[in-house]
Parts: sequence; C-alpha cells; structure tokens
Amino acid sequence: MSLSRRSLLGTTAAAATAFGAARSGRAQAANTIKIGVLNDQSGPYRDTGGVTSVACTKLAVAEFAAKGFNVEVVAADHQNKPDVGAEIARQWYDRDGVDMIIDVPTSSVALAVAGVAKEKNKLHINVGAATSDLTGKSCAPSLIHWCYDTYMLAKSTGGATVKAGGDSWFFVTADYAFGQQLQKDTTAFVTAAGGKVMGSVAYPFPGTTDFSSFLLQAQASGAKVLGLCNAGGDTVNSIKQAHEFGVKMKLAAMLMFITDVNALGLDVAQGLTLTESFYWDLNDRTRAFTERAKKVTPNNWPNMVHAGCYSGTLHFLKAVADMGIEAAKKGTGTAIAERMKAMPTDDDAFGKGSIRADGRGLFKSYLFQVKTPAESKGKWDYYKVMGETSATEAWRPLADGGCYYLKS
Amino acid sequence: MFMIFGYPSALLFGQLLLGLINGAFYALLSLGLAIIFGMLNIVNFSHGALFMLGAFVAWGLLEFLGISYWWSLLLAPIVVGAFGVLLEKVFIARLYKLDHLYGLLLTFGLALVIEGLARNQFGSSGMPFAIPRQLQGATDLGFMFMPNYRGWVVAASAGMCLLVWLVIEKTSLGATLRAATENPAIVQSFGINVPRMITLTYAAGVALAAFAGVLAAPIYSVNPNMGASFIITVFAVVVIGGMGSIAGSIVTGFGLGIVEGLTKVFYPQGSSVVIFVVMVIVLLTRPAGLFGKGGH
Repeated sequence: MSLSRRSLLGTTAAAATAFGAARSGRAQAANTIKIGVLNDQSGPYRDTGGVTSVACTKLAVAEFAAKGFNVEVVAADHQNKPDVGAEIARQWYDRDGVDMIIDVPTSSVALAVAGVAKEKNKLHINVGAATSDLTGKSCAPSLIHWCYDTYMLAKSTGGATVKAGGDSWFFVTADYAFGQQLQKDTTAFVTAAGGKVMGSVAYPFPGTTDFSSFLLQAQASGAKVLGLCNAGGDTVNSIKQAHEFGVKMKLAAMLMFITDVNALGLDVAQGLTLTESFYWDLNDRTRAFTERAKKVTPNNWPNMVHAGCYSGTLHFLKAVADMGIEAAKKGTGTAIAERMKAMPTDDDAFGKGSIRADGRGLFKSYLFQVKTPAESKGKWDYYKVMGETSATEAWRPLADGGCYYLKS
Repeated sequence: MFMIFGYPSALLFGQLLLGLINGAFYALLSLGLAIIFGMLNIVNFSHGALFMLGAFVAWGLLEFLGISYWWSLLLAPIVVGAFGVLLEKVFIARLYKLDHLYGLLLTFGLALVIEGLARNQFGSSGMPFAIPRQLQGATDLGFMFMPNYRGWVVAASAGMCLLVWLVIEKTSLGATLRAATENPAIVQSFGINVPRMITLTYAAGVALAAFAGVLAAPIYSVNPNMGASFIITVFAVVVIGGMGSIAGSIVTGFGLGIVEGLTKVFYPQGSSVVIFVVMVIVLLTRPAGLFGKGGH
C-alpha cells in the first residue's frame, strides 16, 4: 500500500516538476543563481529538514541581498527514496539550470544524489544526511558536507558515554545506510575506549513503529548502554517506549535533533545526552539568528540542519559573488566548491569555520544534556551544554577518510 | 531459567505478550474494516487516517480543553464517528452501485487528503501525549516488566472486540444488520431504513478506528503518519482472516501480532514482511481467508 501511495505521489511530483521546468527553462537568465532544496517534505524527516530548511535557505538569500545577480530557490520532496531523489537532481541540474542542491537528508538518498552531482560535476552541499561516507569513500570534488556526520556524533556522544562509565553497549539500529554507518562509527569509539558491544538488532526501515521487542532484547543482553542508531520519529518512538517499559539502561541517542526533543516532551526526554553543532541558545549570535529565523518558521525552531542550510547557502552566495556571476555560471561545480573551500566561513549560526579539502565542513560540536522540566525556563529551552569539541578535534582526520581525489 | 531455541524463555514470553499487545491494535482496526466491508462492500482505505484523527482529537481535547484521556476514549470516537457520517453522506454513498475499485480509490484519496492536511497543520515529528496518571508505572511479571498501560490496552481492546461481536451476533440489531448485508431490498421492505443503517455502520466502524487511535496515542508518537504504517498490516490481517468476517478479524489480529512479535526475536529484519508471507500462504491454500465463507 505505501508503495502505491508513494508512487502515486511520485508521479504527481514528477509531473509538477516537469511542468515547472518547462516554464522556468524559458525564463532562466544568465545572471540568475538557482538553488534547489531537496529533502523530505512529507515523511518522518519533515520537521528535521523539510519546509523549515527551505525557509532558512530563503532567509540566507534574503539576508545576503545579492548585488548584480538574482537568486531563485526551488524545493522538492524526495520521499526518502534514492531513485526519486536522483531523478529530481538530474532534472534540476540538466534541464532546470539549478546551480546548487542543498540539504538532502536520508543517507541512502544523499549517496544517490552525491553520485549525480559527481557525474555532472555540479555543486551539492549536503546538510541533512549523516553518513560520513560523503567525505570518505563516496566523496566528490563538487560535494561539500556541512555541519554533522556519523563520525562526529559517534566521537562526541559515544566517547563521552564510555568515559562516564557506560562501557558495554547494545545497539538498536535502523537497517539502512545511515543506521549501519552510525553503528559502525560508534562501535569503533566504544571499543577504542575499552568498552565492548554486547549485541545489536537491525530493524526494518521505514515502517517500524513498535520498538518494545527490540528494547526487551537490549535489556536481556545485560549491557549498560542502549545505543539508538536511528533518527526522527523512530528515535522518538524508541525513547518513549523505553521510558514506558522502564528500561534501566543509559540511553544514548546517537542522532537526535532539538525538534525530536520537542516532540518527546521534557518529561520523557530529560537527562538524554546528544550532540549537535548548533543550538539556538549558545551565544548572542545564535540567538540573533534564531530571532530572525523564528519570523519565517515560528512553530519549528531551527535545529543544526536548518541552521546548516542557512549557513551553507550564505557561504555559497559569498563564493559566487567572489568569483563573479559569469565565472560561477560558466564554471563547474568543482570550481565553485574550490572557491568555497578557499574562503573561511563566518555566520551567526556557526560562527567562524572552514571547509576542508575533502569537502568536510569544520565547525565546533557540542555535547548537550536535555534539561529537566524544572530547569527549562520556557519554550524550546531544552539543552544544557556539557562539553564542546573544537573544529579540529571533532571530525575524522583527513587521512582516515579515504577520499579518492586527495590521494593523487 | 530454561532456554527455547537458544533464547531465554523469559525473553520469548515477553515477546509473546508484546505480540498480543500489537495484535490488540490489529484486531480493533481490522474489526472496523471488516464491519464496513461486510455492510457497505467498501474497502475503507481511509481507516488509517481516521485512526490518526482519533489520536489527534484526543491530543487536541487534552491540549486545548484540558479534557482527560478517559473522556477522550468516549469523545474522540464520537467526534470521528460524526466525521464518518459526513464522509459517508457526501462521498461514499455515491459509490455503492459501482465496482469495489471506485470505493478503494475514493477512500485512498480521502486518506491522502486528511493526512496531508494534518501534516501541513502539525508537522511530522508528532505531539507529546503522556500516559494517564492512573496507568503509569509497571508491574514485574517475573519474566518481564509489563507497563500497566499496555495491560490496559489489551484489556480494553479485547473487551471492545467482545462487545462488538456480541452486538452483531447476539442482538436483534445485529440480526437486522446481518440481514441487511445479505439482502438489503427485503430488509427495507420490512420498513427498516437501510441507508441510515449503512451510514451508522460506517460511523461505527470509523469510531472503532478512533478508539484504537486514542489507545495508541500514549504509546506511539501522535503524528500524521501513524495510521499509514499500520493500515497495510491491518489490510493483510483482514485478508488473512477472511474479508468481512468479524470473528476472523479479531482472532487473526491477535494471532498475527504474536507471529510478528516472535519474528522480531528470531529475524528482526524480516518483521515487517512476515505478515505478508503468511498472507501469501493463506491465499494460496484458502483463497477466502481463514474464516471466510466460500471462495470468490
């Protein structure tokens, strides 16, 4: 059923895209930069990316107020399907004159879109997907991965948990590219720190709503830590049900956004540790950014993905302005990516940062603990900062990624 | 503790119980579907969306009006049932003379619209909904830690299934209903308003979905997609039990919940497929389903 429903949607979306393309193709001008936001607009990752990512991208465009060229933003729903995502990317790059695709959550879709970007030598800034392969074995010279990945999450949350005494783990993992990669990266940190993995269970994604069976298996293993290698609604359901079943293990939500904490409520979420590279209440600049973002997305405050879409778009536009619109329109994706790598990044959401040769965005990462209801002073006041990792320490070392174009 | 197939018995007993709990939802939902199909000959694909609406109504009542979970168990089915009356009168009633396929397409379309509107309004990550105070906490059964709320879910849905079965099989109302299913023209000639009966049957089936939705709200996140993930499995349950069979849908609902629960221990990756494997086997050997009458 979900297949036929999704393919119905897909057909409609494709028809709409085709129609839009025919119109915009004619209107396209040589001095217009076109940005495509491609993400999940209707499924489980709608709130972690979705329309809020589009709003934050548009915010960056509005604030940059480009002189000498126009900027247009288009958006589409990839439905968490690699084939749909790759098809839209192809149409955008080939026919609709899209210069840069941003966001693309869901690692399986991200890897497919990265393949298209590489093949066509077009720029892709990935923000929403987690897999560290995007700057490793699936890297591409025209691909940039913005503000988080599985390695950074595993190092920060995994490392801190083992240090705090959580030395035996059981994983509950979403059975696709992202979950597997996150489990693999976390396992490496757990074992390196002297911990051990007692077992794991991979559940079908998407379509699993009841996690109690897996939670009981985790508890029966005798491990101290329950590592959740999933995201979005799945993480919310797992934590809700672990709470319900009185699971006594320490929960490590390996990927969790503030939007998920909001969905859980502090009663259930309190005490969880998690890692993000952005939080609205970090400093004056992040608060200022959030004040502006709230005007365009009042009900869903920005998480690190939304902030990343803002930050990535802003840096991209700076690079285009720096190159000149003519050079940017004529140049390849690699040429723009190289210009972006050559310039330091600086914006309200992430402060000062940079982009490494393999396309890895380098920013600080923060370890947060979710506040108790008593500690929270108001709406979205959810995190306490437990630690921070510097931009040079947080990410996988350049040499360990195995990115092919750096070897020659 | 002894072992079964290399697994500790406690773990397996726990899984059996969990399977029963999920089965309770399958049974409630497929019961509503079976009633609607039996009476209206409509394959109600919007059932999942109405299940979701039930949960959202309960959330809205609590959030905006401060009405507790217990009242919602009564009110949400009434609200969603009334919505069902509207759907039946405005849309579905026009399709009775047409092929099954039209009803399927219409209700499928309705489901997309309802879910789409909910998604637009509420986003996709869901709303928090706490377990009612009286049922918080858990009981240690020796082999597992049983949340009180889950125990209540099994009891409430088994009770509701029994009640519906009694009404249909043992009361004069049920007898009229069954007669109208067999031959509406004759029943109408006895002076019974069959179209109204059909409308109310649809509303009752939909109210059951909403009741299940309220039961589900504290366990699963209340989000617009919550029905979509259930409905496919529930249709398989209905097909396995035999389209339109009341007892079939109840027994199969609980039974398949258990099968699915055990698969989650032995081969977790296959847990979303196992019900469909059962469906294929049943359809090959008994095309009318386990409890269906005759073959089509």
